[in-house]
Amino acid sequence: MSIRLRLDKPWRPLAAEEVARLPGQLGVYQVGDAQGRVLFIGQAGARSPFGLRSELQRELAERGAGCQFRLEVNQQYRSRWFELLMVHQADHGRLPPDNAENPPPNLGRLSPS
Amino acid sequence: MDFEPSSEQQMLIDQVRRYVREEIIPLEAKLDPDASELPPEDFKRLTDKTKAMGLFGIDIPREFGGPDIDIVTRVLLAIEMAQHRAGLYVPCYGTFGGAGLAQIFEANEGQKERYLYPTLRGEKKAFFGLTEPSGGSDPARAIQTRAERRDNGWVLNGAKIFISNADRAQYGIVFARTDASKGRGGITCFIVDSDTPGFHVRRVVHTLRSSHYATELEFKDCWVSDHQVLGEVNKGFAVANDRLTRQRIPYAAGCIGVAIAAHEMAVEWAKMRSTFGEKLANRQAVQWMLVDNEIDIRTARHFTLEAAEKARRGLPFRTEAAIAKLTASEGGGRVVDRAMQIHGGMGMTKDLPLERWYREMRIRRVGEGPSEVQRMVIAREILGSNLR
Ligand SMILES: Cc1cc2nc3c(=O)[nH]c(=O)nc-3n(C[C@H](O)[C@H](O)[C@H](O)COP(=O)(O)OP(=O)(O)OC[C@H]3O[C@@H](n4cnc5c(N)ncnc54)[C@H](O)[C@@H]3O)c2cc1C
Repeated sequence: MSIRLRLDKPWRPLAAEEVARLPGQLGVYQVGDAQGRVLFIGQAGARSPFGLRSELQRELAERGAGCQFRLEVNQQYRSRWFELLMVHQADHGRLPPDNAENPPPNLGRLSPS
Repeated sequence: MDFEPSSEQQMLIDQVRRYVREEIIPLEAKLDPDASELPPEDFKRLTDKTKAMGLFGIDIPREFGGPDIDIVTRVLLAIEMAQHRAGLYVPCYGTFGGAGLAQIFEANEGQKERYLYPTLRGEKKAFFGLTEPSGGSDPARAIQTRAERRDNGWVLNGAKIFISNADRAQYGIVFARTDASKGRGGITCFIVDSDTPGFHVRRVVHTLRSSHYATELEFKDCWVSDHQVLGEVNKGFAVANDRLTRQRIPYAAGCIGVAIAAHEMAVEWAKMRSTFGEKLANRQAVQWMLVDNEIDIRTARHFTLEAAEKARRGLPFRTEAAIAKLTASEGGGRVVDRAMQIHGGMGMTKDLPLERWYREMRIRRVGEGPSEVQRMVIAREILGSNLR
């Protein structure tokens, strides 16, 4: 059984027309800079009115042009979000810069093989 | 047996009920419906409150600084503590504390200094590592993690799966095979620090629970000293069995609390909602669902208190604990399912806690020993212990 720990789908431009096509589903996403450096790992939970679409619309409104995103539709949005944060920490020795400003309480530690 | 709470018990029940309704439920409105933890400032404020109530760490024995509350009273309080969205797995978000791993009360003095006391002070967290990819229902046969004697210690190699909290814990109780020629008499229990070289938390195991997740572990030439053996070499299975049996009682109490909360919601909704010109509460089809809820709740409550009462009196309670776990997890699941049905479309949404309870209650038919294993324990009692 192959299990994908990392979110390694191709980046897409964080732009209004791309984001408008997104599903209103629960899931996780990453926002990256123009070079593909992960800036933030987010989740679209049940409090997001239109799931991933509204979260990425908010990201676009706050960040403006020049960023990229990739996402995964996932009902287990919270455990997957924690996992992506822990895998990033294991790979890079720190959280993405925008998560580091406000890390979730009690984030665990993984050593993915 | 008389299971009516005494006036002292009733006072504690009322105190916890008020706490859940006034402190926990309003906070949940701000949290993600799947969240299992509070923001640190809320956690601190509420923990201070439960300490002031004298109810912090209710499962800690008096000799270790706990409030010395007997197991029957603890069950009554656990039923109250579970009556909110995250209650089934994280009663009151851990603000009542709790030792978590009762078997380290049996540790030797050095181990108590290093593990038990820091855990009681809230400085360390622990995990319980029994289940392996080869199976969890029958650990005596399934455990393949090996511990081999080397350099005044042991080297662990193997894997565990579905282990809750291992990524956040500072240490864990790990069961490994120390004598391959023996079944249950060849398993030893080790305390493993999470920063030991060769100990790895490989990934999150995503289940329908989402927030309070499990993990997969790997032990790769992980060396632990002789001081890390909990109890005696080759006597680890008794430690596991004792913990599993005891744990079934509070596990059942949590299911009952959630079932009561779901049932209350269904009763309210049925009295309020009209279809075809009549309140739902006037429909026999709905009334009978509510009647079945009531019966499931009372049955589970009776058997859980019976198991707790036997444990309190120091009598054997293995069969009673199995009956409690079975009736509460299966009956509780049915109650939540009926409450969802009575709520129609609303019952399916994340606006209400029912869908979370439905998912978590489903796990309870497998976790801490599946329903079939509970039935096997009860069957052995009925048919005789020589049945294997
Ligand atoms: C979310 C979650 C958290 C968990 N946390 C922990 C933890 O912290 N620590 C830990 O050690 N474990 C943990 N577990 C593991 C749990 O205890 C096991 O999943 C459980 O004991 C069943 O083991 P298994 O999954 O290997 O199923 P198996 O043992 O493979 O059994 C599969 C199924 O076969 C049936 N079955 C088994 N035996 C019999 C029988 N004798 N007669 C008839 N039918 C039978 C049952 O339906 C059973 O569900 C967790 C599990 C979950 C889902």
